[in-house]
Amino acid sequence: MKETFTKGMARNIYYGGSLFFFLAFIGLTVDTVNKLPKTDNREAITEVVAFGKSVWEKNDCVGCHTLLGEGAYFAPELGNVYMRFGKSTEAIKAFIKSRPVDGIPGRRSMPQFNLTEEELEGLAQFLKYASGIDTHNWPPNIQG
Amino acid sequence: MKLKYESQSVAKLYFMAAIGLFVGQIIFGVILGLQYVWGDFLFPAIPFNVARMVHTNLLIVWLLFGFMGAAYYLVPEESQRELYSTKLAKILFWIFLIAGAAIVASYLLIPYARLAELTGNEYFPTMGREFLEQPTIGKVGIVVVALGFLFNIGMTILSGRKTVINMILLTGLAGLALFFLFAFYVPDNLVLDKYFWWFVVHLWVEGVWELILASLLAFVLIKVTGVDRELIEKWLYIIVAMALISGLIGTGHHFFYIGTPDYWLWLGSIFSALEPIPFFMLTLFAFNVVNKRRREHPNKAATLWALGTAVMSFLGAGVWGFLHTLAPVNYYTHGSQITAAHGHMAFYGAYVMVVLTIISYAMPIMRGRKANPMRAQVVEMWSFWLMTVGMVFITLFLTGAGILQVYLQRLTDTPLPFMVVQEKLAVFFWMREAAGLVFLIGLIIYVISFFVKGEEIEG
Repeated sequence: MKETFTKGMARNIYYGGSLFFFLAFIGLTVDTVNKLPKTDNREAITEVVAFGKSVWEKNDCVGCHTLLGEGAYFAPELGNVYMRFGKSTEAIKAFIKSRPVDGIPGRRSMPQFNLTEEELEGLAQFLKYASGIDTHNWPPNIQG
Repeated sequence: MKLKYESQSVAKLYFMAAIGLFVGQIIFGVILGLQYVWGDFLFPAIPFNVARMVHTNLLIVWLLFGFMGAAYYLVPEESQRELYSTKLAKILFWIFLIAGAAIVASYLLIPYARLAELTGNEYFPTMGREFLEQPTIGKVGIVVVALGFLFNIGMTILSGRKTVINMILLTGLAGLALFFLFAFYVPDNLVLDKYFWWFVVHLWVEGVWELILASLLAFVLIKVTGVDRELIEKWLYIIVAMALISGLIGTGHHFFYIGTPDYWLWLGSIFSALEPIPFFMLTLFAFNVVNKRRREHPNKAATLWALGTAVMSFLGAGVWGFLHTLAPVNYYTHGSQITAAHGHMAFYGAYVMVVLTIISYAMPIMRGRKANPMRAQVVEMWSFWLMTVGMVFITLFLTGAGILQVYLQRLTDTPLPFMVVQEKLAVFFWMREAAGLVFLIGLIIYVISFFVKGEEIEG
């Protein structure tokens, strides 16, 4: 780099630029948090849904599935599974319950988690709540 | 050749642990790749999610070992004084190694839900989020180690010579510890949860880790090229400035489709489109400096790793990141194999390679020589090419799989279900697995290179 561009100038760009954009990012975060009630479907978060989220986490579901596109890419997207399963929490519960303990020869299969009825209901309600989040129409279609 | 400061040698422990865990990470990578095409491989003993936790958590832990080792090596030399406390560095090493090993072993030995119960996750839930799966007590351990480490490094730097390299490194490491604290925030609201989860993940790998990357690379380049520090520091400032200017608001490219406001579609697209710039500058910088070299350093392997880091981080983070970062493109690629392709090459090109760069430079010196015998270096360079070419093909095959997946599942007029599409991608996944095996062979050769003897190099 040319001598006219000094180290002092470079340092100022680093400190000034970083500080400015860090503060801007914090500002945007505050604004986002304030605007979230419009899109995040928070009115649907009941005690059952919150419990369902803990079931989701406790069983590391995100280790195979994506949820709103984030997670692992080994198993189907679940942000819209409630829609894909015909808006039926019962269908979701039945699927989870039906998984064979020893898997399916040669194929991917979801483990049998032996969830209680309460856990199944919570998980299904949690996934129903997730499907109500305004995601700018993502995923593009029902297949996720 | 002797070390300038005796306490630098504590880095050796960290580097050895890093390489050991790296091997474990890749073995699990190969298992995961196989599970993609042989669905019940090791099922139900090691289900995919468990193997994946092991793969990703080992990566994070060994990179942290690498960063810490690098700091312990570099900071005394830059600060021109011994480390504040070698003893603390050794104690923290064992705590971190035992904690890290215990966490990974617990994934493999105990069902995850049981692990959550045993560690009291219900009282302070932090488990079950991608990359942050560690039991809460494990996370607390990570914080303790990070703070002790920062204290040690900070005390050394603040009472010694403050160079641009060690100040930027310190800022990066402090940011790493600070942003990890968001791992403890797990609200019931899924959108809030996701939003702040990225404060750990994005602000690490597309934020403060870039400071660590650039400062480590700058250090090695000063050493192997002998180019004037003034010039290198000027580059360093501009590169990290661009990384933060683009990368902070660039976090917005994760806020397209998770329930966040509309303006992130624009802000995320524009700023993340700038994220390749610092990586491109890093490439220009590395080649520029190596071309201007004032000495022929006998450690050719370290120079190769340094140049490799610059190129591969630009390709993996810059090019493959840009490929799917614009909101209209990401609408189709979000959460597909395209993401996996980018993730692999970016982590390898930027962070794996920079740690291997500093190990390549520092390890021979800690073993009492300026550079390894030429025979050992040739073996190491073979491992460089095998791992790098292996990773290029892993990325290309995953990209192929991703394009096909996006088309069949999301773009065509008759979208197919996820599992149906996965079966159609099998050929790509098989080829990815083959490339993964090449990578593993490269890694084995890398480990062997430490044991190759030959004629000592004068220096």
